[in-house]
Amino acid sequence: MSKVNALLQGTLDWVDARFPLTSNWKAHLSEYYAPKNFNFWYFFGSLAMLVLVIQIVTGIFLTMHYKPDAALNASGVPVAFASVEYIMRDVSWGWLIRYMHSTGASAFFVVVYLHMFRGLLYGSYRKPRELIWLFGIGIFLCLMGEAFFGYLLPWGQMSFWGAQVIVNLFSAIPLIGEDLSIWLRGDYVVGDATLNRFFAFHVIAMPLVLVGLVGAHIIALHEVGSNNPDGVEIKKKKDANGVPLDGIPFHPYYTVKDIVGVIVFLMVFSVIVFFMPEGGGYFLEYNNFDPADPLKTPPHIAPVWYFTPYYSLLRAVTYPLFGIDAKFWGVVAMGAGTLIFAFLPWLDRSPVKSIRYRGTMTKVLLAIWIVGFFILGFLGTKDPAYKFFGAIPGAPVAQLLSVYYFLFFLTMPIWSSLDRCQPEPGRVTMK
Amino acid sequence: MKKLLIAFLFAPMLAFAAGAKLHLDAAPDKANDMAALQNGAKVFVNYCLNCHSASYMRYNRLKDIGLSDDQIRDNLMFTADKVGEPMRIAMRRDEAKAWFGAAPPDLTVIARARASEHGSGADWLYTYLRSFYRDESRPTGWNNVIFENVGMPHVLWDLQGDQEMGPDHKLKLVKPGTMKPREYDAMVGDLVAYLKYMGEPVSEFRKHLGVVVLIFLAVFFVFAYALKREFWKDIH
Repeated sequence: MSKVNALLQGTLDWVDARFPLTSNWKAHLSEYYAPKNFNFWYFFGSLAMLVLVIQIVTGIFLTMHYKPDAALNASGVPVAFASVEYIMRDVSWGWLIRYMHSTGASAFFVVVYLHMFRGLLYGSYRKPRELIWLFGIGIFLCLMGEAFFGYLLPWGQMSFWGAQVIVNLFSAIPLIGEDLSIWLRGDYVVGDATLNRFFAFHVIAMPLVLVGLVGAHIIALHEVGSNNPDGVEIKKKKDANGVPLDGIPFHPYYTVKDIVGVIVFLMVFSVIVFFMPEGGGYFLEYNNFDPADPLKTPPHIAPVWYFTPYYSLLRAVTYPLFGIDAKFWGVVAMGAGTLIFAFLPWLDRSPVKSIRYRGTMTKVLLAIWIVGFFILGFLGTKDPAYKFFGAIPGAPVAQLLSVYYFLFFLTMPIWSSLDRCQPEPGRVTMK
Repeated sequence: MKKLLIAFLFAPMLAFAAGAKLHLDAAPDKANDMAALQNGAKVFVNYCLNCHSASYMRYNRLKDIGLSDDQIRDNLMFTADKVGEPMRIAMRRDEAKAWFGAAPPDLTVIARARASEHGSGADWLYTYLRSFYRDESRPTGWNNVIFENVGMPHVLWDLQGDQEMGPDHKLKLVKPGTMKPREYDAMVGDLVAYLKYMGEPVSEFRKHLGVVVLIFLAVFFVFAYALKREFWKDIH
């Protein structure tokens, strides 16, 4: 046995002399000290990593059989659409791989939204974690691009018309808009050229950037250390060996804990994959089982659920300004709605980080914002003429909530410094 | 606070439930009725698979619903030579477009495409195939209650007979077909069950496998949770 140990140790020493294996293992896992009071909200970072892996692995296998080709086959069906059905029927376990990928797209947004909400709750974007937050916003934007490009690939009606609507938005930009949208599509309408370039972006460009940003996000996190539900810095109180008093090694403590989170997540994920892969028309839109037809505009075009809050922001702007079309300002509102999160580290002036020690004003304003975000998302899936309970028109509600959406952030420097906070504890608490 | 939040979250769903609804008759559930599925396949091949293709569906996939290669070859294959071929048709699309105004769509996944907030795709098809009525203003002489100005004539008319739209906007059978109304509804139910099966042949297996996967994960959870408890017992 000692001979085997000596051999293993020798191998490890050989590697360590050439590559920082042991030191990296320690820095990122066995001697990376995380606060011991992580709660439910802290599962979603590792779950986002899991979903990224699921998407990449299932994506590789889908790429082996998928054909980005808009030409019609002998039966008059676009080759791309038919190749997806080929995967669903003739490729061994293709249906499972495809459902995991389509469900994974929605799951990615669910865990990332919850991960971001955790940041809002506990002030995880505050100094010294501004760069972690900015890398995270980069990941979020990349993910939206990845989802948008990927959604065109099945080449169904919703794929086609969704891409058509979104690319047309760029034509609202004064002077260069029209040429810009043609340049993006590679054609005057969404067509084979568009499908092929979206495929390239979806399988190569976006995943590369995404993985790079995830690496930067984690390196930055491990440099400054994790925040926690109390929002206190554990590095301020260390023992004689320089180990934070409230810190525990990420491995094994959080690795064994995250395995539990992973299993619970996989159970929810499996319920969708195996029992409701269409997610009631929200994960796989019904209309997308009709192949793309450039001559037949669907009566109602709605983006997939994860884009609908921003789609509501876009539709909420109905007045032209400075002689420029309302559509342009809608695009500006939608862009601003996604980018505004990036400014949070500098908008929040509260003396404490965590929602636990912040005052009633913060709690109420944040709760209204979250509810508003859900309602905007809901209205984004509906026709603009939609009425709540058949009576209250949805459009003005969306406009009101859109104004609140931005006011919440823009007035944050004022209300966050006015709010009456409780003092933070010196050490973390185990609630 | 939490209760208020939850109430707000559910408010949109209630509003959704209150929206206007297209009335669809519920299709009978025959997903596990092999005789019904086989009858549906027979009706499909005889009445639909002349103008409509099902080009992602291979004939030998029908083994799922209890048929053998020989049974498929002898009874269901009119336009294909090999049992592994997909269900294609001979009609050319440009000609079909000239005759009907639009080329008849491929029907492989029609039961999935026709789902909406009003009901499942099977419900829509079950209602549609029973809602044709005589309308002399249309080139084919037929119209449909839930698909206005439909291009397709009533292909099953000799089975159902002629319906007319009364002034009260209700359909009335004015000339009986070879089937009694109840027989016709049952036959359409079989056909729709087949279309639903064809939309996703793996769906029954998928659900069975899902149960196994969930049981595995539940057992895994017990061990993983015990492991976590063991490691964390000294952390306070």
